[in-house]
Formats: sequence, structure tokens, C-alpha cells
Amino acid sequence: MEFGFSTLETRSIDYDKFDRKLIEYLLRYEPSLLVCMACGGCTATCSAGNLTEFNIRRIQLMVKRGETDTLKAEIDKCMLCGKCMLICPRGVNLRNVVMLIKKALATEVIEKSDKQSLNS
Amino acid sequence: MKNIVVVGGGIAGVETACLLAESGNHVTIIERSDKLGGKLNQWYCLFPDFKKSDEVLDYIHNRLKNFDIEVKLKSVVENVEPNGNGWFIYTGNVRYAADAVVLATGYDLFDATRKEELGYKIYDNVYTQADIEAKFKSGNLKTSYGKDPERIAIVHCVGSRDEKCHNMYCSKVCCVTGVKQAIELAKFLPKTEIFCFYMDLRMYDKHFEELYRSAQEHHNIQFIRGRVSEVSESSDNRLSIKTEDTLSGRPMKMKLDMIILLAGMEAKKNTLATAKLFDVETEESGFLKSKDFHLGAGILSRKGIFAAGTCISPMSIKETIENARSSAFQVNEYLKSL
Repeated sequence: MEFGFSTLETRSIDYDKFDRKLIEYLLRYEPSLLVCMACGGCTATCSAGNLTEFNIRRIQLMVKRGETDTLKAEIDKCMLCGKCMLICPRGVNLRNVVMLIKKALATEVIEKSDKQSLNS
Repeated sequence: MKNIVVVGGGIAGVETACLLAESGNHVTIIERSDKLGGKLNQWYCLFPDFKKSDEVLDYIHNRLKNFDIEVKLKSVVENVEPNGNGWFIYTGNVRYAADAVVLATGYDLFDATRKEELGYKIYDNVYTQADIEAKFKSGNLKTSYGKDPERIAIVHCVGSRDEKCHNMYCSKVCCVTGVKQAIELAKFLPKTEIFCFYMDLRMYDKHFEELYRSAQEHHNIQFIRGRVSEVSESSDNRLSIKTEDTLSGRPMKMKLDMIILLAGMEAKKNTLATAKLFDVETEESGFLKSKDFHLGAGILSRKGIFAAGTCISPMSIKETIENARSSAFQVNEYLKSL
């Protein structure tokens, strides 16, 4: 029966409850992701970001918070031009991060947690 | 020979006193507590190079041996009277004549219980950075439940940059203290997740930025931009915090086992009383007011009264030593003019 009431999901990030498989995978193959200081240089120069809502600074942060629901649709906007890594003051290889996210999504690291297939 | 009284026997006071004695003055240090070295006695090691605080304390104690400086411990300046160009200074039933006075009265750590929402002295396992230095000294970093903490949060800007505590200024050394402690904790507790919650990270001095990067790169310290609004205790005896992850624009919550509050540096309440006795001006913040920000740091509003160290503003040990040396120089210049 429908009474016209519903509850809203919390917008809050619950740090205790998220799947760390993707971020652990990214950090294992691209540890430079650790040193991001969120300056936004990557996003300012981003070719895709100038044409669409794509925000690579935000994407890497959301992966660090385990928020990956919209990741698949987002990451495809990247054109892999690599300007983000040229401009990064901390030397984060963001293009490789994007490639790794694509690979992880293709091998369903998020859904299946099959680390073996990623390591191969 | 000129007489100089230095009020306060911390790092600034002793360094100034030694330099002034070296240039041929008769120097007396009046120290409130029962030992020299001030707050540094409670510290384990120093940023950015993890030098043991004891090395700096040894330096000042050894230096003091070279000079005939009168040290009056457990003594407080009770009264001051003008005496020609100088002063008579009374402590207990002793009177000292001084041609110049150096105030080196130091700072107070912000009383973190004033930020009640952060749970200091309400919940177990909420500490200040000073408590953690004591824990480093004792080598015991377990929680009150006798376990290694799985997660630690370091909360920046507690009692600094906060008009709710009437502290508008930045205490400036807490940021790097937090990064230093995060790295030390990561070394002690390699399995522990460590977070710094910051508003801005002010890595102002040489090697600080490198330390910050190293914290991220080599110790996996995570920096989350957001001010912690609330600490509470969870039903499973852990601590729970609320913040905004401002870079994603979303509220965030997290369970933790230990919280370290980076309490700011405040003007010492005793300094205000001392300033009144010597009739020198203080700033709104309570720190002693220098004659000129650029050209007269440590020269106070009354001729012949000088200041050194953290009674002027928050500063690191390195800056305190530099500042003490510059104040000694200013005092000597003044004495030459008499």
C-alpha cells in the first residue's frame, strides 16, 4: 500500500561503510594518487572538463571515498589527452589513474572483488 | 656593568639571557616554575626533522653553564618601581635593579575543554597534541581500552581562527605539528589509519611542505578538508565524528579510536598581569605589542622593556631561538644609548 511517504537516503559519506577494493587497486598500481592536494589544476586544464561536467579532481576524491555509482558514465568522458598529468604540481599520473579505473570497471573489480583477474 | 632582568626561563628567556651575559651584562632570570626550559620539557620531538626536544634542552642548559647568570626559580615578579632610567623589580623579599627588562613569559596552550563539542575531557581517547607528546615520551600509544587504535583523527585549528573562542589569529605551528605527529604515529602504529582534518594547511617554513608530502606519500596519511563539528561516543565504545568533506561537498561521518586536537597557542594569562606591572601594551589577542611589526619586533611600548619568544606571537622553537637572539641585540643597542 502506498501512503505517499518515503524516506530519503542520507547524503552523508559514511567512511566506515564502503568498498575499498577500487581505491586499493588504484593505489597499488598508481601510488602517486596518494599525494594529490586537491588544487584543481587538472580540472582547470582538462579538455573534457571544458566541454562537459567531467571533473577529474572530484572523481579521484569520490573514488577515495568509495562513491563509485556514476563512475562508469563519468570516466568515459575523458579523452586521455594527458594535460592533467602535465600540469600536476605533485606529479600524479592521472591519465594512468583513468586507464586503471577503466580496466577495473571492465574486469568488474567493484562488483566482483576478483583481485586475481586484475593482477594477471 | 648593566643589570638586566629576564622574566621567564623558557627557551627564549635562557637564550636571550646567555647572549646578554656574553656581552658583559649582569643577568638575572626570574622563572615561575621549578625548572628552566618551559613547555619544551613536555615535548618529545620537534618538526620538521624529528630532533629530540632534549637536544635543545641540553643546549640551553650547557650554554647556561658558561655564564654567571643568576637563576631564581619558583619566583614571580610581584612589583615594579621606576628607578631613574631603570626599574626596581620585586620578587618575594628580593629586590633587583634593572637597566633593561626582557619579558619572555611564553604562551598557554588553548584549553580544549572550551570547545565542548570536541569532547576533550568528556570522552576517553580525546587528546591534545601536548598529551600525545607525553604519550610519545612514555612510549604508550594504546587507547584507554588497552588496544592499538585502528583509526586516529588529528583535528586542526582547535581554538585558532575561531571567533567563538575570541582567537582570530592562526597559531601557525599546529599544522606542521599535526603532520609531524601523524608521521610519528604511523611509524609507531603501522597498521593504523590516520586522518588530518584541516581548513587550510599552512606549511610556511622550510621543509614543512616536504614533510606534508612525505606524510601522504610514505605514510598514507589522509588529509580531509573540513572542520570537525562534533565528536560523540558510539555504542561500541568508539568515537564518532561529523564533518563536511568540503572538497566533495558532502557531509561525512567516521568512527575512530583516538582523536588528537591541535590546540592553538594563546597569550599567557600571566603575561597580561606582567604587562600591566611593566605598563606595556598588549594586542587584542593578549600577546605583547611590538613597537613596529616590521622594524621593531620585540621592542615594546615602553623604553627599556623588551620581549622575546612566544609572548609576542605563536612561533616554533627555531623562531623562538632566532627571536631571542634578535631581542638580545636590541637590548644591547638600547643599553649603548643610555
